Amino acid sequence: MATSVIETIPAHLKPFVPSPIPTTVQTYGTSIWGWITTTDHKKIGALYLFTALFFFLVGGIEAEIIRAQLGGPNRHLVSAETYNQIFTMHGTTMIFLAIMPLSAAFFNFIIPLQIGARDVAFPRLNAFSYWIYLLGGLFISIPILFGHGPNAGWFGYAPLTTKAYSPGINIDFWVVGLQILGISSLAAGFNFITTIINLRAPGMSLMRMPVFTWMAFIVQFMIVLAFPVVTIALFFLLLDRFFGTQFYEVASGGDPLLWQHLFWIFGHPEVYILVLPAFGLVSEVLPTFSKKPLFGYPVMIYSGILIGFLGFGVWAHHMFAVGMGPIADSVFGVTTMLIAIPTGVKIFNWIGTIAQGQFKATSASLFAIGLVSLFTIGGISGVMHSSPPADLQQTDSYFVVAHFHYVLFGGSIMGIFAGIYFYFPKMFGRMMDEKLGKTHFWLTFIAMNLTFFPMHFSGMLGMPRRIYTYDAGQGWEAFNQTSTWGAYLLFVASLFFMYNFFKSLRSGRPAGPNPWGAGTLEWTIPSPPPPYNFAVLPNVTSRYPLWEGKQADIESARINQQSGRSAEELGIVLPYNTIKPFLAAFFLVLMFSGLIVGHWLIFASAAAMVLAFYGWLTSPLEPEHH
Amino acid sequence: MSTATVSHHYSSTGLANRKIAIWAFIGSECMLFVSLISTYLIYKDRSVVGPYPHTPWTDPSTGHVYHAILNIPVTSASTFILLMSSLAMVLALSAVENKGKPQRNLGERILGNSKLWLFMTALLGLGFLGCQAYEFTSFVNEGLTIKTNLFGSTFFTLTGFHGAHVTAGVIWILSMLFIDMKRGLGPSDALNVDIMALYWHFVDVVWVAIFTLVYLIR
Repeated sequence: MATSVIETIPAHLKPFVPSPIPTTVQTYGTSIWGWITTTDHKKIGALYLFTALFFFLVGGIEAEIIRAQLGGPNRHLVSAETYNQIFTMHGTTMIFLAIMPLSAAFFNFIIPLQIGARDVAFPRLNAFSYWIYLLGGLFISIPILFGHGPNAGWFGYAPLTTKAYSPGINIDFWVVGLQILGISSLAAGFNFITTIINLRAPGMSLMRMPVFTWMAFIVQFMIVLAFPVVTIALFFLLLDRFFGTQFYEVASGGDPLLWQHLFWIFGHPEVYILVLPAFGLVSEVLPTFSKKPLFGYPVMIYSGILIGFLGFGVWAHHMFAVGMGPIADSVFGVTTMLIAIPTGVKIFNWIGTIAQGQFKATSASLFAIGLVSLFTIGGISGVMHSSPPADLQQTDSYFVVAHFHYVLFGGSIMGIFAGIYFYFPKMFGRMMDEKLGKTHFWLTFIAMNLTFFPMHFSGMLGMPRRIYTYDAGQGWEAFNQTSTWGAYLLFVASLFFMYNFFKSLRSGRPAGPNPWGAGTLEWTIPSPPPPYNFAVLPNVTSRYPLWEGKQADIESARINQQSGRSAEELGIVLPYNTIKPFLAAFFLVLMFSGLIVGHWLIFASAAAMVLAFYGWLTSPLEPEHH
Repeated sequence: MSTATVSHHYSSTGLANRKIAIWAFIGSECMLFVSLISTYLIYKDRSVVGPYPHTPWTDPSTGHVYHAILNIPVTSASTFILLMSSLAMVLALSAVENKGKPQRNLGERILGNSKLWLFMTALLGLGFLGCQAYEFTSFVNEGLTIKTNLFGSTFFTLTGFHGAHVTAGVIWILSMLFIDMKRGLGPSDALNVDIMALYWHFVDVVWVAIFTLVYLIR
């Protein structure tokens, strides 16, 4: 509540007087040139947010078509071929173009604020990552509009995806598109690793770092180590398709499991890349609305690190059905059971945070509880797959679809919504409508379970994944019908969100620096933060500077909450705006598209890209400091 | 360690941002090469037709005899050239770091000449690439292309990927040499040279692994 800020600050911080809520709210500007050339992590974060929400909508529409088709037996809303393209793009879009970039929006916006930095370590590289993501996303998404969308599933199993079995250009777009998107994630990974290691404010030791930044830190390491593996797998496929090599050619002695191993060595860490940021967001939301520090902070960090490590040792549980033999099956079964332990620890820590706190139900905290409860269901059905004999019954059935939607929708998306409701005031300086937000939560919560819970049953009754239609009389009708109605309701729920989002963006109540009475650094500065974030670099003496801070915390917070002064007045040097990262990204994507369009384009745009990089590297980041 | 440019920006560790980023990048590159090398090793001896790396092969349909493909003497020489380029890079970095210190004799003047050592590094890198070009051409003439068999696909992809890294490194070094000739590199540029050197040594170390696993171990 905007008016109750003073009451929500703990009593022992009374010397800290929060500044009054401003009546006007700063904006990031409407100049298109300003957005294209920006190097400000906050504006780039906002770009990520808008773009990823757009792709979330696209993936959602694809999901609605899938559910409309499967709502009853023998429906032919779309053909089998179109259906293949739609489920492939639904998975690809949601994973690479919606959830990962939604996390990236928070990485961009929140990490520098939480560690007390003025920007990320490499502001231009950050812009470059975003433009690669946008252009690569369009590259992979547009073909479906012309009936040439990728059509072999988001995991693109070779040899199924080699020229012999997928002769069309559909897979070309997929393999090249993912290669492009990988560059975006890797560049961002190096950037955030450096940012978190090197730009922490004085006193911000690793064990004082907010849990969201910690989880993001772990995720960056996973990205940097997992993406190269899929890059190579895709590179082999690209060579096979475009240059006639034989990596996935079984007749030449190629191993049909090579792709599966390489893909899942990336693919399973990817699962944690998708969910750990949401865990981090929830770990910020729950303490704030329980008015007490996170329960078991160090254990939360260690369990995150353990998940990061074990995440690289469980990949073959995606492959039990291919017959790897009893030893491999047992080893990967056991590691998969092990990884459930640190995840379970996190669940208990969140419960411990809420327990005996003064829990306040807001849109953000309800979505956080949504994650804790729904992810647990997905986690439990996940552990069921860790036993190879059980997995053999469930694999490739709708039971698996139910499982991973509980972890990805119930986990990642619920956590990200919690994050959006929580951080919207910080990002845009205005409050979202709580009534609409709670309606959105309850509709989503009900619709989500209505959609995905029946899939456990249809799967157990033998309904396979990826079928475009089915015959009546197998006992699947009622479950599918329920799922379809649930999916429609989910769409209605999303309309509430979109309305709320855009309405609040324009006319939400001004938020002030700390509308929730939260304790971490990002809440000590104005909303939205000035371009330089912190007028003075904070001196950090505790994990929650606004809750348990000493004199140093209070002093810097007192100065930083006052807005209105420009960077020049404060003598703070800010990076120049520049078009070069956009140009480099543009020509890089053009270069890759040359593989499909014609090889002349590769060389022409490679030359232009090199020029853009030279221009970028030889021009200064920021004005000389005096 | 180099005397890095003293940035006016605050940093938690005292290290330059780019130094940390290049290490993260190298970590990531390790996974790239591990994937490539593993695939090569997994596919070793799985080609259904020749030519093979270490053993001769007679084509049953034509009766043509293919020699063992790998040319160990040439590659040993190119490995030596690449290792020497790392040495030249070390000297280039030290010359840039010590720029401006008095040079009392001919030896110190030579050691302190950053242009010379950058040029030598690039030249040796180009020498390695020349050997690789010779190697690739002779393999193709002997009948092994990237399309011939699994050995051809994995070998050319792995060594070609490494060659692309060397090429990028040579372009980097030549760009640095260009700056050195234009305005002269000094201790304030040492960080830039240091980062380039880390990349170059990494590419070298990867080659040592490739040379051992692909060429030496049968």
